[in-house]
Amino acid sequence: MPTGTDTDCVIRLDSVSMLYPTKSGGAVRALDDVSLSVRAGEFISIVGPSGCGKSTLLRIIMGLSRQTSGRVTFGPSDDTHRNRLGMVFQQPLLLPWRTVRKNLLTSPDLHGARDAATRAKADELLVMLGLEEFGDRYPNELSGGMQQRVGIGRALMHDPRILLMDEPFGALDAMTRDQMGLDLLRIWDQDRKTVLFVTHSIPEAVLLADRVVVMTPRPGRLADVVDVGLPRPRRLENINTPEFGEIVLQIRKLLNSEHSAH
Amino acid sequence: MSTNTERHAAGPETPAVPDGETASTGAPASSDTPARSRRRRVPEITYSVLVFIGLLAVWQAVVDLFDVSSVLVPTPTAVVESLIQGLRDGTLITHAMVTLREILIGFGIAVGAALTSAVLITQFRTVERVLFPLLILTQTIPKVAMAPLLIVWFGIGISSKVLTVALIAFFPLLINAILGFRSAAVEQVEMLRSFGASRVQVMRYLQIPSALPHIFAGLEVAVILSVTGAVVAEFVGSSEGLGYLIQATNFTLDVARTFAVIVVLSAVGIALHAVVVRLGRWLVFWTATPVDAAGEV
Repeated sequence: MPTGTDTDCVIRLDSVSMLYPTKSGGAVRALDDVSLSVRAGEFISIVGPSGCGKSTLLRIIMGLSRQTSGRVTFGPSDDTHRNRLGMVFQQPLLLPWRTVRKNLLTSPDLHGARDAATRAKADELLVMLGLEEFGDRYPNELSGGMQQRVGIGRALMHDPRILLMDEPFGALDAMTRDQMGLDLLRIWDQDRKTVLFVTHSIPEAVLLADRVVVMTPRPGRLADVVDVGLPRPRRLENINTPEFGEIVLQIRKLLNSEHSAH
Repeated sequence: MSTNTERHAAGPETPAVPDGETASTGAPASSDTPARSRRRRVPEITYSVLVFIGLLAVWQAVVDLFDVSSVLVPTPTAVVESLIQGLRDGTLITHAMVTLREILIGFGIAVGAALTSAVLITQFRTVERVLFPLLILTQTIPKVAMAPLLIVWFGIGISSKVLTVALIAFFPLLINAILGFRSAAVEQVEMLRSFGASRVQVMRYLQIPSALPHIFAGLEVAVILSVTGAVVAEFVGSSEGLGYLIQATNFTLDVARTFAVIVVLSAVGIALHAVVVRLGRWLVFWTATPVDAAGEV
């Protein structure tokens, strides 16, 4: 089990389990006894096949679902975590009647905080996301990758300390996907938020993360946490290095051994 | 909003959309659509008009050739004459205004009642459980069958007509509004909740805009039904209005005038429908294709 020192731990999961009732009266164990400590500023990827409960885990941390047992705590010294969390979903989920800029301003608008500073920040984000020409366009005029970038930007405008990302690039084609990953790293590098990044692509997980949480399905269990010791900033060329290959192989073996064990 | 002016350097052919004000259907589409639609839409309309004129000519010819009695079928020219005369002496206009008033008030009541009910039904489980079965039950009653009762209860004045219109327009609006308020994706709701949105904010930011396409689909059906409702109510008992005029001219065998009234009624219906469609396209600028109305009569 990974252990961060308690002082800089921002999320702590203690034996979190989740049971879903089924129609036949039974229960599906989506998460089984998951414990994890996440340090501030850490980029963590969560990989696993579909059905391993990785999305459920994010939903529980976000507060969209409630765990059946176990504890989720946010540290080190704050218990009002609501504004500290931002979520990026698999779909961009933009509001089609709002311009790109207004979509970015969703969170400030909800909190009645649309002032000059937030507007300036939105403009800054538009540039950072490479969307400066599209601020006054509507989402249906944008490509899928651009929409997803707006979705990420909207979560960043919320200025969370912890960014939860649920397969944000899942709906994109491979090439856009690689580029988006690198863009995300570039943005992340500017203020090093804590990121929990769910994906089912092992190379993507390794390329982005400091640590990779490997999960296995039925029940959703934490198989291991793999440290990625690769230097930053990461580049696409990293994928071809032997070190990278080794880590990917290690994760793949973890997933396979768990498969054959069942 | 207008801090950077050179943002459209990349796409000068597509006009900017200022806050949705002028964003009609075609605005967000790429630059090749206007040309394509011009090639296609204009002939379609031309053909329809030509067919219509052709049918009128056939009608005129048949009536003239076979010497059909004007009490059965008047010629189109006789109808036009009667129409012009009716418009000149003001009969058609006065009666049309009466009917229009009934339609507008009744329609307004229906819109208000349907939207309020839809919000209550979609927001509160108990309201839904109590009201929804009753609504489904009453929906099966043919609303025009209620018109005689309403005349008995509310007299032959405007109130019985207004109520008939409201009753007939209410249900398609309600069904579509309920569909609309439920149409927002769960993921969208969760997205807003993840940003700390309250229930009222989810309503305002998501559910109301998502409902608009459905509401307008319902409005399009309801506005046409409103015209029917007003005419039926006037048939049952009235002393003015276009429905009354149809019965009166039928009684005096002035069939040309009956046809003229039908023309005016159609014009009223088309005009009201056009207003709703226009308003819908202006408000619901983000969907290119309108939503189908949930079937209901």
